Amino acid sequence: MQTNGGSALIKALELEGVEVIFGLPGGAILPVYDPIIDSPIRHILVRHEQGAGHMAEGFAHATGRPGVAMVTSGPAATNIVTPLCDAYMDSVPMVVITGQVPTPAIGTDAFQECDTVGITRSVTKHNELVTRAEDIPLVIRQAFHIATTGRPGPVLVDIPKDIVDPVNPRSALDWYWPTDDEVASSLPGYRPTTRGHARKIREAAELILASRRPVLYAGGGILKARAAEALRELAELTGIPVVTTLMARGAFPDDHPLCLGMPGMHGNYTAVTAMQEADLLVALGSRFDDRVTGKVDAFAPGAKVVHVDVDPAELGKVRRPDVPIVGDCRLVIEELVTAVRDLSGGDVAAAQPDRTEWRSMISGWQETFPLVYEQSAEGDLLKPQYVLEQLRDRAPEDCIVASGVGQHQMWTSQYWRFNHPYTWVNSGGLGTMGFSVPAAIGAKVGRPDRMVWAVDGDGCFQMTAQELVTAATERIPVKVAILNNAYLGMVRQWQEMFYDERYSEVYLSPDLPDYVKWSEAMGCVAMRVESPEEVGPAIDKANEIDDRPVVLEFRTDSSEKVFPMVPAGRSNSDIVVDPSQTPPGGGR
Amino acid sequence: MNLPPPPGPPPRHHVLSVLVENRAGVLARVASLFARRGYNIYSLAVAPTHDDRFSRLTIVVDVESAPLEQVVKQLNKLVNVIKISELDPRDSVERELALLTVRATADQRQQVVSLVELFEGRVLDVGADELTVTADDHPSRLDDLEELLRPFGIVDIQRTGRVALPKLEPGSGPGRSSG
Repeated sequence: MQTNGGSALIKALELEGVEVIFGLPGGAILPVYDPIIDSPIRHILVRHEQGAGHMAEGFAHATGRPGVAMVTSGPAATNIVTPLCDAYMDSVPMVVITGQVPTPAIGTDAFQECDTVGITRSVTKHNELVTRAEDIPLVIRQAFHIATTGRPGPVLVDIPKDIVDPVNPRSALDWYWPTDDEVASSLPGYRPTTRGHARKIREAAELILASRRPVLYAGGGILKARAAEALRELAELTGIPVVTTLMARGAFPDDHPLCLGMPGMHGNYTAVTAMQEADLLVALGSRFDDRVTGKVDAFAPGAKVVHVDVDPAELGKVRRPDVPIVGDCRLVIEELVTAVRDLSGGDVAAAQPDRTEWRSMISGWQETFPLVYEQSAEGDLLKPQYVLEQLRDRAPEDCIVASGVGQHQMWTSQYWRFNHPYTWVNSGGLGTMGFSVPAAIGAKVGRPDRMVWAVDGDGCFQMTAQELVTAATERIPVKVAILNNAYLGMVRQWQEMFYDERYSEVYLSPDLPDYVKWSEAMGCVAMRVESPEEVGPAIDKANEIDDRPVVLEFRTDSSEKVFPMVPAGRSNSDIVVDPSQTPPGGGR
Repeated sequence: MNLPPPPGPPPRHHVLSVLVENRAGVLARVASLFARRGYNIYSLAVAPTHDDRFSRLTIVVDVESAPLEQVVKQLNKLVNVIKISELDPRDSVERELALLTVRATADQRQQVVSLVELFEGRVLDVGADELTVTADDHPSRLDDLEELLRPFGIVDIQRTGRVALPKLEPGSGPGRSSG
């Protein structure tokens, strides 16, 4: 069947199962936007290309399916570089289509030309400049295959205008749809390993059965591999406690007795300390990120390490594992469960050393160093932690939460109770301020059945708030809680603690902009909340609105800091707890 | 003009033979990966193989062995990279070609020519008081030639970077696949 590149591109996306594209048209991508009118694919018109990218990420986080964004060339392509990098750092499956100037104009500094594949090379899992219309179906299939298999990630496909423009003879092609085998053989250098090495898995099981102070160190790879159930089975079978990293919140239920919460720079005291004191860390889809390890040389000094990851390059990148296992987390954990059962001859508890002491150490830390904050005094600004507790307690348990980056992100991760996988949408690796509003919109598009809250800071909100116009126009009823402390709060916290309270360029003003008027102008219902007794009712009111976006602005206390905290570059053993708590060791 | 003395033999160099898809942009991917991860390329040679779908890169990297493992793993993640082998100099044949323009007045000319002939090299071009010569040999032998010619005054030098293949088993047939 004769067709043209533009129609072939849209048809290829349909056959890949794409239901929604987040995008914004422009000159070079115009011919692809014409067949969208006749396609069943929903297109969501964003207000800025960065929004399209983060929406695609939010969609992928919430659904596990690849998010798709489509934008034009030049400035549109550069505007989507941040989401690409964000998705690359957090292994988010995403396919981005960019327009490009016609092939004869490439390299001439044509209008809205930029070297998109060159610019995005280091922030994509793979990218491709397509130069012939007949390559489009294959390249699109390759893009989805690469984005969603192995370690997931963003793939960019750059499409010059002439090969999609029906009036140009270069756009003509005979339609075809490559088979799975044809896709695989067209990528001779791409063969992700999924099955773990049987002998290594047995070694890992032996270490587990011999350990006295083990911790399961669960990372975002658990969610990417759909391995939450397998993880739970392993934890319950062995009785080993679990820490869930920032990227893994929800991968193991917070209300489970074996859950120790989040480790890392602002992690739970027990999670941080249990890892420090462990004799075995079983790292599952986690990557020993600097925010988790603190000073690497001083991290978990007495622990042997089993490291399971689908990306071989993660094994030994930061910490040399005693047992490295390359493979899909779900498949490897399932085999690990079998190996533990086999080796223990059925009675796993009897085959393991007595861990009573370990359990009592852990429960001791939990009792001594829970998360704490002081309630605000009468007439003072709200405590952000209180707002989060109220948001959490008034939302359904399967509510999806997105956050920006900074103090509000840490408080959300600390105070929310994540009991279900895929309920936390977050920018972990790149730390992209402005992530939450568009990511929440993408999540809501992917899961319209769920309530979706974006918890944002005032600094973050000002970076991408315009996408609330998109949400209002498209009737995507997300809810946004701005914790307005009138500061770039995390930077302020560092300046207070490490720069002698010299506050440099962190003050934002509580009133400028007027968040309520601004949100209303964007088509949202908006409320300002200033006293503790208003918090609950305002949230309840917001939760009832389901036909448009809602924005709640909470005036919060700028002096509030995130604790615990491991100062940058220090050992996790130097963790600083809330000033109201007795510091560990009593001396500090 | 005399060039500065050559750096000593690279202390921590490793030779990687990298088979890649022969298509636009692959070299840029490899090069930018080295740049982004902060690894230094000492030399690089690239050309298509007998199968024109593939090219072979011979890369000499200047790293200690632990980062080398990370280099190899990161390279392997590139979709267009098919296979990477680290070539141990003891188990591989290595070759490099050099062009050198050397100052040589009429009375020195014969000395230079004799030296080059010792390395089985050739004179490519003759000027009034300069010669351009070539030699292809093991890279360390080319280092020696360079050193011996230096006193005459090296005007210019271009080396190709090394190319290498694994050694064959004596007595066995051509058992090695191109992959």
